[in-house]
Amino acid sequence: MNLFNIPSNELLQHLINGLTLGAIYSLIALGYTMVYGILKFINFAHGEILMAGTYAGYYFYFFLYDPSKGAAYTIGIFIAALFIAMIASAFLGVLIEKIAYKPLRKAPRLAPLLSAIGVSIILANLAAMFFGTKSKKFEYPFDNSSMQIGGSSITPNQIMILAVGLIMMTGLKLFVDRSRLGKAMRATSQNQPVAALMGINVNLIISMTFAIGSALAAVAGVLIALEYKVYPTMGTMAGLKAFIAAVVGGIGNISGAMLGGILLGLLETFGVVILGIPQGLKDTIAFSVLILILLLRPSGILMKNIREKV
Amino acid sequence: MLNFVLLIFIYIGIYAIASLGLNLIVGYTGLLSLCQAGFLAIGAYTTAVLMTTCHMGFWESMIISGFIASLFGILIGIPTLRLKGDYLAIATLGFGEIVKNIILNWDSVTKGPMGINGIPGPSIFGTTLSSMDKPEWIAIIWIGVALTYYFIRRIVRSRVGRALEAIREDEIAASSMGINTAKYKIGAFTTGAFLAGIAGSLFAAFNQSVAPLTFDFMMSIMILCMAVLGGLGNSFATIIGTIIIVLASELPRLLGISHIIPPQLNQILFGFILVFMMIYRPQGIIGRIKLNYAKILKDEILDLEK
Repeated sequence: MNLFNIPSNELLQHLINGLTLGAIYSLIALGYTMVYGILKFINFAHGEILMAGTYAGYYFYFFLYDPSKGAAYTIGIFIAALFIAMIASAFLGVLIEKIAYKPLRKAPRLAPLLSAIGVSIILANLAAMFFGTKSKKFEYPFDNSSMQIGGSSITPNQIMILAVGLIMMTGLKLFVDRSRLGKAMRATSQNQPVAALMGINVNLIISMTFAIGSALAAVAGVLIALEYKVYPTMGTMAGLKAFIAAVVGGIGNISGAMLGGILLGLLETFGVVILGIPQGLKDTIAFSVLILILLLRPSGILMKNIREKV
Repeated sequence: MLNFVLLIFIYIGIYAIASLGLNLIVGYTGLLSLCQAGFLAIGAYTTAVLMTTCHMGFWESMIISGFIASLFGILIGIPTLRLKGDYLAIATLGFGEIVKNIILNWDSVTKGPMGINGIPGPSIFGTTLSSMDKPEWIAIIWIGVALTYYFIRRIVRSRVGRALEAIREDEIAASSMGINTAKYKIGAFTTGAFLAGIAGSLFAAFNQSVAPLTFDFMMSIMILCMAVLGGLGNSFATIIGTIIIVLASELPRLLGISHIIPPQLNQILFGFILVFMMIYRPQGIIGRIKLNYAKILKDEILDLEK
């Protein structure tokens, strides 16, 4: 296994870091992939929806944060803040769909894409205007000193990211595969008119898809905010990377988004080490992966190649 | 004041060349490209490096800049053979970011985040222009705009232009009519990139300095807004769109109220332009409504049924 001369304890360390990063990408990528599965378009504003939800959670947490009230209180309001963030994002996601995308469902494909880019610019700049461009620190709800496992360190926050990621993704997978609404969602993504004929409320399903995707993004947003603070453009790069993850896995495919996220997280972490490139060029890895995968296997790892019919 | 108006004219001209190029890619061929700023950056930096490090004249540098940018246009054009709409948009966005990242990190050539300063002006009839010689600059740049306009008009009113529009309307139908879609798509990208390279070169020589953060994603969006606002697939409308967007973004400074208005307002405006135009007037403020045969047919049938 010692292929690239990485000492084994460092190997484990990079593995932990890569998996944590990957879990975050996966959570965000799910939103892209679910919306793409149903509406066949990329919700460019997804990263900004994440940012808005994170701000909602941040302000809730910030106003109630009081270290003197004990650890249980802090963890309680943190969980509440997480739910506030999810609700705010879900609401915003549904609202944006109704205002900016719904009138364009039958328009040429360029139209909703441009509209989505417009929405993302509006949200990022509104946030900069109202909340300021300075990044704000999201205090850890627990003591975040790292623990030693087999020569490498892991922080409680990383454990939380992995655990929350696992719970959310399993929950979503069960929901989509087993529940009635999940079945309706799959039917809508396969054929909208026929799903409507079967008595499925297509508009409701679309709103639900936006709500779930946005809520998952908000969870990811709060989790990254703990590590990297809250700022107006926090969603842009995270959103782009997650989109790349969704494409790597095969956009429109839920398991693909999870796999793609993890894969991209690992590729980025190990890529920096193996190629020995400066941290500043880390983003270049992700974009090169995107262009490569689009050239070699445009439908992603988990999707079959489908030829377009006229 | 007059100085400021002249400055606006110069910027309108430079952006018009870039947005006319983008309009050829987005408006006529229907490929959404989000890396026009990347091509501008390549043009600007090529000119900057050639003129400062290699001591070449402006005119040669400008032509070389255009060709280098179009070389990258081919490079990014090749993936477009397999990508459609949304994927292409993301790939081009990624390309723009890669260009910016490389410029920021390649210190030995681009001087990293500091940018390159002290680029000499172009010499014309034995005199060297500085940024102060605004009327001369306006003449040079607007001759460039006129040439670009004429050039694009010649393209789109020819066999090539009809092929591009056929690809925009339906790629499969176009290829079944014997159009080599790969060739035309790469051609459109290359031409658009060439024009952006020229615009970037003019930008560098006029400002006499280049900095990497000028050429960010927002610049690509601004150029896209110019084409969308005027009307996609219409060169004249694109120039009108460029005038409106440049005026709108410079107006607060012109009226001396830039300290009251937050800097984000401009970009919020661009966002609203994109959303509103797409929902209410996708053909742009000048563009015509396309004949919709399906709708005409439906109305006829409704008439018959009465």
